[in-house]
Amino acid sequence: MTATGLSVGQPVKAPPSRRLRLSTPMLLLGIFGLIVLLAVARVITGANDITSGGTASAALGLAVPIGLAGLGGLWSERAGVVNIGLEGMMILGTWFGAWGALQFDNPWAGVVAGAVGGALGGAIHALATVTFGVDHIISGVAINIVGLGITQYLSKLVFDGMPGGGAKQSPPVTEMATLSVPGIGEPLRSLEGRHWFLLSDFAGLLRGITQDVSSFTVLAILLVPLSFWLLWRTPFGLRLRACGERPVAAESLGVNVYLYKWVAVLVSGLLAGLGGAFLSIVAAGIYRDGQTGGRGYIGLAAMIFGNWRPGGLAGGAILFGYTDALQLRQGGASVHALLLVVALLLAAVAVFQLVRQGRGRAALLTGLGAIVVFAVFAVTDTVPEQFTSFTPHLTTLLVLSLASQRLRMPAADGIPYRRGQAT
Amino acid sequence: MVYSHYLLSSHQGTPLTQALREEGAVIATATATEPAVELIGITKRFPGVVANRDIRLRVAKGRIHAIVGENGAGKSTLMKILYGMQRPDEGEIRVDGSAVGFHTPADAIAAGIGMVHQHFMLADNLTVLENVVLGSEPRRGGVALDFGEARRKIKEISDAYGLGIRPDVPVEELGVGDRQRVEILKVLYRGARILILDEPTAVLVPHEVEELFDNLRGLVHEGLTILFISHKLDEVLRVADEITVIRRGTTVATVDPKDVTARKLAELMVGSELPSPETRESTVTDVVALSVRDLSVRASDGRAIVDGVSFDIRKGEVLGIAGVEGNGQAELVEAIMGIRPCEVGTLTLGGADIAHWSTLRRRTGGIGYIPEDRHRHGLLLESSLWENRILGHQNQKPNSKGIWIDRAGARSDTRRIVEQYDVRTPGIDVVASALSGGNQQKLIVGREMSGDPVLLIASHPTRGVDVGAQAAIWDHLRTARAAGLAVLLISADLDELIGLSDSLKVLLRGAIVADVDPANVTPEQLGSAMTGAGEGV
Amino acid sequence: MTERDHGTGAGMGTFLDRMLGRVRLGGWLAVAAPVIAIAFAALITSVVLLVAGKAPLEAFNALAQYGTRPPTMVLILNTAVGYYISALAVAIGFRMNLFNIGVDGQYRLAAVVAASFGGAALLPGVLNIIAVVVVAMAVGALWAAIAGLLKVTRGVSEVISTIMLNAIATGLGSWLISDHFGVLTGNDIATRPIPDDAHVPGMPLIAGTAQLVNGFLVLAVVLGVAYYVLLNRTRFGFELRATGQSEPAAVASGVGVKKMVVVTMIMSGAVAGLIGMPELLGQSFKYSNNFPAGLGFTGIAIALLGRNNPVGMAIGALLWSFLDNSSNTLQLLDISKEIVAIMQGVIILSVIIAYELVHRYRNVAEQRRVSRQLAAPPGPPGPAGPSAPPAPEGARA
Repeated sequence: MTATGLSVGQPVKAPPSRRLRLSTPMLLLGIFGLIVLLAVARVITGANDITSGGTASAALGLAVPIGLAGLGGLWSERAGVVNIGLEGMMILGTWFGAWGALQFDNPWAGVVAGAVGGALGGAIHALATVTFGVDHIISGVAINIVGLGITQYLSKLVFDGMPGGGAKQSPPVTEMATLSVPGIGEPLRSLEGRHWFLLSDFAGLLRGITQDVSSFTVLAILLVPLSFWLLWRTPFGLRLRACGERPVAAESLGVNVYLYKWVAVLVSGLLAGLGGAFLSIVAAGIYRDGQTGGRGYIGLAAMIFGNWRPGGLAGGAILFGYTDALQLRQGGASVHALLLVVALLLAAVAVFQLVRQGRGRAALLTGLGAIVVFAVFAVTDTVPEQFTSFTPHLTTLLVLSLASQRLRMPAADGIPYRRGQAT
Repeated sequence: MVYSHYLLSSHQGTPLTQALREEGAVIATATATEPAVELIGITKRFPGVVANRDIRLRVAKGRIHAIVGENGAGKSTLMKILYGMQRPDEGEIRVDGSAVGFHTPADAIAAGIGMVHQHFMLADNLTVLENVVLGSEPRRGGVALDFGEARRKIKEISDAYGLGIRPDVPVEELGVGDRQRVEILKVLYRGARILILDEPTAVLVPHEVEELFDNLRGLVHEGLTILFISHKLDEVLRVADEITVIRRGTTVATVDPKDVTARKLAELMVGSELPSPETRESTVTDVVALSVRDLSVRASDGRAIVDGVSFDIRKGEVLGIAGVEGNGQAELVEAIMGIRPCEVGTLTLGGADIAHWSTLRRRTGGIGYIPEDRHRHGLLLESSLWENRILGHQNQKPNSKGIWIDRAGARSDTRRIVEQYDVRTPGIDVVASALSGGNQQKLIVGREMSGDPVLLIASHPTRGVDVGAQAAIWDHLRTARAAGLAVLLISADLDELIGLSDSLKVLLRGAIVADVDPANVTPEQLGSAMTGAGEGV
Repeated sequence: MTERDHGTGAGMGTFLDRMLGRVRLGGWLAVAAPVIAIAFAALITSVVLLVAGKAPLEAFNALAQYGTRPPTMVLILNTAVGYYISALAVAIGFRMNLFNIGVDGQYRLAAVVAASFGGAALLPGVLNIIAVVVVAMAVGALWAAIAGLLKVTRGVSEVISTIMLNAIATGLGSWLISDHFGVLTGNDIATRPIPDDAHVPGMPLIAGTAQLVNGFLVLAVVLGVAYYVLLNRTRFGFELRATGQSEPAAVASGVGVKKMVVVTMIMSGAVAGLIGMPELLGQSFKYSNNFPAGLGFTGIAIALLGRNNPVGMAIGALLWSFLDNSSNTLQLLDISKEIVAIMQGVIILSVIIAYELVHRYRNVAEQRRVSRQLAAPPGPPGPAGPSAPPAPEGARA
């Protein structure tokens, strides 16, 4: 969905009226509906792990790095710089995070170091794309190559020879403190254990997100509304977004477009670095070569899935984190149960399209999709674990190819900008 | 109150008699003579060209001062300098009597200068409010944007000048007239006292032009100064208090609209050499080259951009299409070229039905195409001239043999074009971007006339080229027409249209609204036909 | 008198004059950019080495020494073959402004399927070799075609779709191996080995060693020539380059851009399918977890370094392979071999910036040169300056 490259095939102009705006009650209702569907699927299939506390907790943990990378993408692309280099910046974050935590024997020092490491990658990207006008995709790919090279060299240089460390991994870092909402852990656990319809499901999910949550996770979650506020509610954010929508307009009003793009790409790198630091400090407790596993790209996917908006990308990150988590918790059976959820969801959408929107053809297609997914659910017992590994990627492809009309990326995203080109 | 007219031309040029002018009652006498803006000896060079040379200009406070000149005369560069987007190499700018040096538009804004750009500087995905306050946002608590305050201020200005603007609508939902008012409001919001409007009527339909002029008169009434850049002489004569003519990068004269006619202004604009595009003896034959019936192009929302257009062009005939830009000319051309999907009754070229032909097949079938925007559609700017010779003719001799490109053939034919069409270049291996606009255009004309085309579509063939190249291109069109070429000519230059065409059709809102005989029509009459005022001239 | 390109020409002209000095225009300018970038990378690497307390010159010397030994040279050539094919696959798309980031997934998936096909030994000898190659090309082409079709029918950017398809290819590949084609030997799971009669023989090209150069070197050279001919001598190549330079101009010139996108993606994917062949048919004869990964991204780097030029990319592939293979010797100096990864990274970043600067400089300089030559009296077409009246004798059509 970037604006570089060939424009062939892109819709001439999306119809403007179709803006999807969710009100808070609608959103809550949607979440509730989703949990009901999960509960139904759990009761039918007996895959208890799809709503267990362990799954919820793992999903949250896996969603954080994806979400941070996605936020990084959001910042940069809102200012009009496509950032394929998120993966490389994230890799820098993993190494610097672990190094900082070990060096200063404090996980929070690692967080800061990871952010700085990522911002370093951001600075390279900004220098190439903003200052020198290099194609954004090319620069991003180069940064992914560079990020990997630097960390491999550094880890060999620094971690090799440390007790417990090696050329490809660091010694374990100090654990970060976790937070829990007091007093509800045990009751929720026992409720969850009874496997009652809906009640146990709620208990499980709630337990997962309220007990033993790393303080880094809390910080990451807070960064979502903070990004929204900064980008949509302040003059700074307005200017930054204007640089991504119509840089010449911003320039003509005296906005220093280069500066805002630079800041945006730096913050982008910083956030991706934080995502990397989370992986090494919180998720794994050590730095490991190849730890990111393409999560920078998944973050990019989450951002596109979320239509270049913070709330949407958080939703995408949770979805991708959740499918990731299922893989770890009775992978095959859980993901298989998820197929039923998808089938039910598609059926519900089909009914909605038919009854509320009167779109018969669309409803028919969605309904067919529901039947196909259900058929796959019915004839198989389990989903191969390899398939679950690319669920986020497949989802993104489907979303892009089915809903690209609804997506609205910043208008000048990916277009190299040079001062004084206004006509 | 006597107000002296001054002549700025330092070289030849007809000395115009001093004009006396009664002051209007509205404007205070004190402010009338005081210049709001003064430009003294502004010169700006770019690699290979001098865009502005010794510009002298004096704009009185509280007036509408028009700057007219041909496309490419250097108006836009001058305005960019005045708005701080580019810096002059020489000369001085004075605002309210004191010398200023602008580094960025922000400096110009601070000095009370605002610019309404020809191509709107609006971000479609942002709301009106966001577009207006961008860069000078009201704050709350130092960090947050104060939306309430912004809304209030926009409402206040909108009401004061009768602009009728709703702040919370996304700009993408606005029409052209509304967008222009947003642009004006943007400028007023920043407290500008001097407004520059760059070709503001280019995209407007007639009633919108009237609304704009009413708005402008209201602004001047409040004591603001307006610099109005245009090449549409009738409009300038209607709205301006003073007119400065700019030609070939320099100011030629400043005149009072009461003392001049459109003809006189046109002469000042093109200078004494005034190349005449006239072609009188008819070469029109009876053989129809292109026949178009009921051609319509629709926008994605179903609205017709081109609405049931029908016409025939015979061999040896130049059919001119007149119309205010944005009335469907570009879409009509693209539909005939097969670039844009359209609904069409019949479309035949030399008797063959070409409605379902691809663009390449239409070109091979004998359509030459001089596109409106040569940089975007006509050239590969970073390729050599001989590769540009191939472009659009990649499946024709002498450029290719079967699936292979014939380098030798293309190169020698490029040399032929360079020579025959007087393309000034050191060689054919030079990249196209290194040539001047006129030479690029001559190359395109030469290319499109190669291979004996049946029909030539010429979209603004002399836009932005120097006078010499213009005369040469006109010559080529005339010669080819005499040899039996059918030409579809689209132009914004009314003299060009009247002078070259054998018949004229007026396009308004996508439909042909009038047939005009170029032999007995004046630019003024044609201009009013284009705005829908004088249908059936 | 035109207002063409003033914005672009003006600001950068002076800046670049300062930046690059008075560099004269010529073909060598294109070579200058990578040379400067490599020198800059060597400088940065030296600094990194000095910081780590090592002697840079010693390290470079060791690299050169080791890299010119015959056995290493064979190794360098063999690795470079895969790199070069990968760069070609990427470059086909790049020339059209089409970013096939998915070469990596395309070649790995192609290698998995082709390896299993070859291992099944349905055909004897040379026929099997041909069939394996064809299968690989077909799989690569199909996988790339998905991205092409999504782009022209749904407007999905090929950058995003190929990144996603890479991940999907990884999952699909490991599923195919573990659940369908794989054979467990010890702890390693791999496809059935391709029988001996379908091995591509090596060539004793380098004197002084018994090791053989991979036979696919011939294919790589043929592909490079074919790439050049296709792009520069055929109509298809012209249309492809025209689309890459200016899509609107290509459309106005009758190039069917949609068809071009799909065809180009398919071609790029088919070439990508070949990337794994030198390894599969000349080295390991089966697909396992040890099969080289990430060659698609190396190809991107080399295509950038070689500026999509067939010779440039060949040099780039050799350089990359040299750095990768001779880095092992650095261990003897107690320098971690990953230092070359830093060097490669810096080369890439500085080369893309250098090219961009040279490119801009070139445009401005050429404009200046043309206007200067035209202003000078003995200009070829006539003595007239740009604004003088036209020569009437030249104006006849």
